Amino acid sequence: MDAEIAKLKGIACDCRIDMLKALATAESGHTAAPMGIMDFLVAMYFKILNIDPKNPQKSDRDRFVLSCGHYAPALYAVMAHRGFFPIKELLTLRDLNSRLQGHPHNLALPGIENTSGPLGQGISQAVGMALAAKIDQKKHHIYCLTSDGETQEGQVWEALMLAPARELDNLTCFVDRNFIQIDGNTEDVVPLEPLAKKYQAFGWHTIEIDGHNFNQIIDGCLQAKSTHLPTMIILNTIPGKAVKEIENDFTWHGKPPTPEEAERFIKELK
Amino acid sequence: MPFILNPTAHLDPKILTDKLEKELQRLGFGEGLVEAAIKDKNIVGLCCDLTGSTKMDLFRDAYPDRFIEIGVAEQNMISVAAGMALEDKIPFAASYAVFNPGRSWDQIRISVCYSRANVKIVGAHAGISVGKDGATHQGLEDIASVRAIPNLSILAPADYEETKKATLAIAKFKGPVYIRFGRETVPKITTAKTPFQIGKAEVFVAGSDVSIIACGPMVFEAIKASQNLYPKIKAEVINCHTIKPLDIETIIESVKKTGAVVTAEEAQITGGLGGAIAEILAENYPCPMERIGVRDTFGESGAPDELMDKYCLRAKHIEKAVRQVLSRKRLLPE
Ligand SMILES: Cc1ncc(C[n+]2csc(CCOP(=O)(O)OP(=O)(O)O)c2C)c(N)n1
Ligand SMILES: [Mg+2]
Repeated sequence: MDAEIAKLKGIACDCRIDMLKALATAESGHTAAPMGIMDFLVAMYFKILNIDPKNPQKSDRDRFVLSCGHYAPALYAVMAHRGFFPIKELLTLRDLNSRLQGHPHNLALPGIENTSGPLGQGISQAVGMALAAKIDQKKHHIYCLTSDGETQEGQVWEALMLAPARELDNLTCFVDRNFIQIDGNTEDVVPLEPLAKKYQAFGWHTIEIDGHNFNQIIDGCLQAKSTHLPTMIILNTIPGKAVKEIENDFTWHGKPPTPEEAERFIKELK
Repeated sequence: MPFILNPTAHLDPKILTDKLEKELQRLGFGEGLVEAAIKDKNIVGLCCDLTGSTKMDLFRDAYPDRFIEIGVAEQNMISVAAGMALEDKIPFAASYAVFNPGRSWDQIRISVCYSRANVKIVGAHAGISVGKDGATHQGLEDIASVRAIPNLSILAPADYEETKKATLAIAKFKGPVYIRFGRETVPKITTAKTPFQIGKAEVFVAGSDVSIIACGPMVFEAIKASQNLYPKIKAEVINCHTIKPLDIETIIESVKKTGAVVTAEEAQITGGLGGAIAEILAENYPCPMERIGVRDTFGESGAPDELMDKYCLRAKHIEKAVRQVLSRKRLLPE
């Protein structure tokens, strides 16, 4: 187990490095939250999800829905390392004719399940997939990652209300609780707390974990499959994680590192 | 020669008499959906607490396991429908046109159209004839608001039978569709034999002086106008049930013959059927044109018939527009 966790940590480090290079090359894109979510995505793509990069459309695959589309750079980095496409293609991020669109598009890149960017639609899309799986009596699981600022969107709560009502135990959602959004700290912009209580009040089995702790992520996903309710896992993360000078700084929400900064950050990661 | 309907359109001849029959378009939708669902088990229905008035209840009762009650949450409904479509379901997602697409436009753009999710967006209670509920509930901007979104087909069938046919056709058609229809009973003008194909406009009355191009229940008013103008003016009537993609060929062929156009729709004149036709005529065959529709104003409460009169959506208003457009046609140099 320890060896496996050490391996996942190493992959997350490589993904962060490749993502920083991609962002610096693109001269555009989001840095903070994607850095903070990398450990979680690596846990999902390398440990939890039943997926096959060689056969991204296989029908019994688990679905991973990204609701906060601006996290795309992190998702692309992890998908590349998992073998969905060549790692060097990461450097085409946001370029003309690239499959790596600024925000993920289901028709642009095999393995991307849904289109996102305009915030607030992902849980609904995932609910639709979960309903379809129930009708067809299929056994795969649907996972959806949302962000905390996104949770201010009304549609999120529409979906949160519907999933328990339809007893969607094949659905597990995550919220990246990094406490930042564009205009500042979420609790200064429009407070979300007490967030866990809100999910619980809406009928969700709610778990709160350290989003950088691989064991907790893996345990949380196991727990999620053992209840008859949809599960919400709150991932406490540090935006900008692993690069001290940008950690917890909301001004890094939507800007890429310069080439010099990227070099400095990568040195720290190594 | 007496006034005649185009024989190949197989219209109900009773529409030219006082004995015309009326029926709800939404009943055609409900029945069509049930019929489509018998043939295709992938069809599912979603609705936002308006299951009775959209006639989605027929589907719900026939296929309770394939019906999802979403509650009052139109944005959620469209993205949920998209998620189901990505899993090979064929979702029909219904509410009133003012809420769907009125409230769900971004979800239609992103979750449905950009994603090419095979969702059928159903806007009921479209038009001013919604009546007493007033302006808040009269869907008039729906066509214009979704017409700019790529990958979306837009249909406004004319009556009960055509709404049923359109529902069956879009169930088979692969791709995002918006279909709109009204609240009230409207004259039954088409029959089971009337041709219907998505994207194909049909000549309902042949004529040589002016082309009246209409959609939805305004097709009936256009036929009435043509009948009243006859024999002095021979007005061609085209049923343009598909607003996108527009049947450019049929429209241009007619206009080349007549040299003048009047459009008629129960929607804002801005950006709707009239707007779409003005665009293609300006590019392909500029000629005098008048548009009948709600003229950049909100509606109000009133009986449906009173509102149709007050907002100038009757045969007599089309006739006036025809005279107007013909006077402009004469002013043009040869
Ligand atoms: C509907 C919508 N409104 C606004 C935006 C612009 N936007 C992009 S990211 C973002 C911040 C959302 O907060 P969060 O996801 O928590 O940000 P992060 O943690 O990445 O800083 C906003 C407002 C958007 N993409 N979609
Ligand atoms: Mg955040």
